[in-house]
Amino acid sequence: MGVDSFVSWLRDVAVSLHDNAAYLTELDSAIGDADHGANMDRGFQAVVGVLDETSFDSADELLKKAGMTLVSKVGGASGPLYGTFFLRFGTALAGADLTPETIGKGLHAGVEGVLARGKAELGDKTMYDAWAPALEAYDAAVAGGSDLGTALTAAAEAAAKGRDATIPLVARKGRASYLGERSAGHQDPGATSTTLILESAARTLP
Amino acid sequence: MGTMKKLINDPADVVSEALQGMAAAHPDRLRVDLENRIVYRKDAPRPGKVGLISGGGSGHEPMHGGFVGLGMLDAACAGEVFTSPVPDQMMAATKAVDAGAGVLHIVKNYTGDVMNFEMAAELAAADAGTEVLSVVTNDDVAVQDSLYTAGRRGVGVTVLLEKIVGAAAEEGRPLQEVADLAKRVNDNGRSMGMALTSCTVPAAGKPTFELAENEMEVGIGIHGEPGRQRLPLAPARDVAAMLVDPVVSDLPYQQGDSVIAFVNGMGGTPLLELYLMYNEVAQLLDRAGITVARSLVGNYITSLEMAGCSVTLLKVDDDLVRLWDAPVNTPGLRWGA
Repeated sequence: MGVDSFVSWLRDVAVSLHDNAAYLTELDSAIGDADHGANMDRGFQAVVGVLDETSFDSADELLKKAGMTLVSKVGGASGPLYGTFFLRFGTALAGADLTPETIGKGLHAGVEGVLARGKAELGDKTMYDAWAPALEAYDAAVAGGSDLGTALTAAAEAAAKGRDATIPLVARKGRASYLGERSAGHQDPGATSTTLILESAARTLP
Repeated sequence: MGTMKKLINDPADVVSEALQGMAAAHPDRLRVDLENRIVYRKDAPRPGKVGLISGGGSGHEPMHGGFVGLGMLDAACAGEVFTSPVPDQMMAATKAVDAGAGVLHIVKNYTGDVMNFEMAAELAAADAGTEVLSVVTNDDVAVQDSLYTAGRRGVGVTVLLEKIVGAAAEEGRPLQEVADLAKRVNDNGRSMGMALTSCTVPAAGKPTFELAENEMEVGIGIHGEPGRQRLPLAPARDVAAMLVDPVVSDLPYQQGDSVIAFVNGMGGTPLLELYLMYNEVAQLLDRAGITVARSLVGNYITSLEMAGCSVTLLKVDDDLVRLWDAPVNTPGLRWGA
């Protein structure tokens, strides 16, 4: 695999987020401010614009540029959070061979960036509730000798479970936290977009 | 979809076309960078003056772009509707208004706004040159337990703060002093809001939440997000008490205190009702022995076409009242100039 796989991933994410924009916004209407779908769609359309104009020699440069583009185009909380994820992911891949191990390190670095920026903890009803089990499943699969495709599929499945598990939670971060107990019973939009991004990775990266 | 009734062309163009309108309507006072979506005071940067920047999602007009001008902000960064602007905008605005005296960022406490302004400050520091301080407003008492939430939201006090701190910067006070004053204003202000209707984000095309004919939402923010409680519709005097009581008891404001009393419309409530609400608020304050030094009634920090209002109290001393009375000339607030 090489940089082309990462280009395919980002393009596929853009399609997936576009197709799910209304769904994400609907989730965000229930407990947030009804902009998550539109913002993610706008951000990844801008990433596609960059991909159309620029060719990249390495995955790390590509991911860093995608991160900067998201920071510049998305706004809200998801811009800095996803932007930081791709920036840190890219930075961690600099100079490394693309293997399940190095990609795992990159994913960890990205999620650590998300945590540093968002200061969320497990169970706060945020995207981290999808990222955390996904990383755990990915690491376990790679440690067991799985290839990248199997590991990413395991990660995406774990993210989906984490996403579903946000439904009964009371939000403690972001705008949903203003609702207190009333935020329970709704699926977190951020955990949902994270799952879409990982599902796309499982389809396109290997 | 299909139920949205708005004076727009295309939902995707709402913010940029509204900014073009501001530029066209106020060429004497404003300069608008349409590409970066920044509204500038026409004569910024002012030599020797601390630059004041705010910004946030669109849909709260006149805040913040309507508060750019003499005696208030030097620049305002506009995000998409209800979405914070991005660090690039704050960076560009910061550089453009810095005249050597430094820049104060006025940030409302929302997760996105705080993160984007933080990133801008980090980038500005790396980029070198401009001294930047920040104040985060968080006056909304409807958010009760800050340990388990993103913290109290910045709402009505932001308007009063931009006016008062704007006057202090206009006087030539130095950055640290201006920042300390901003913090003092925030610390002495409290707000609470309610909604009679939801609002429709143009890109979403349908109301953010549904309220039945006989319901109201108490403890709302300014982004069409649902509030703390859904209650049966009540007479204005009861609604006033629901807003004033938690505000007064929170600081607390006490007998003998002097305040600026601000009844703000959320965008879809007529002034007739806002003045009626102000009457109820003033009576409650009078009964509590709180003196209204100054008042403000109108639509200043809105939530698109939402019907409803918020009440903000700011405890003031002579210095704050003097700064409040100082000349201001912006599209949204003007007196003495």
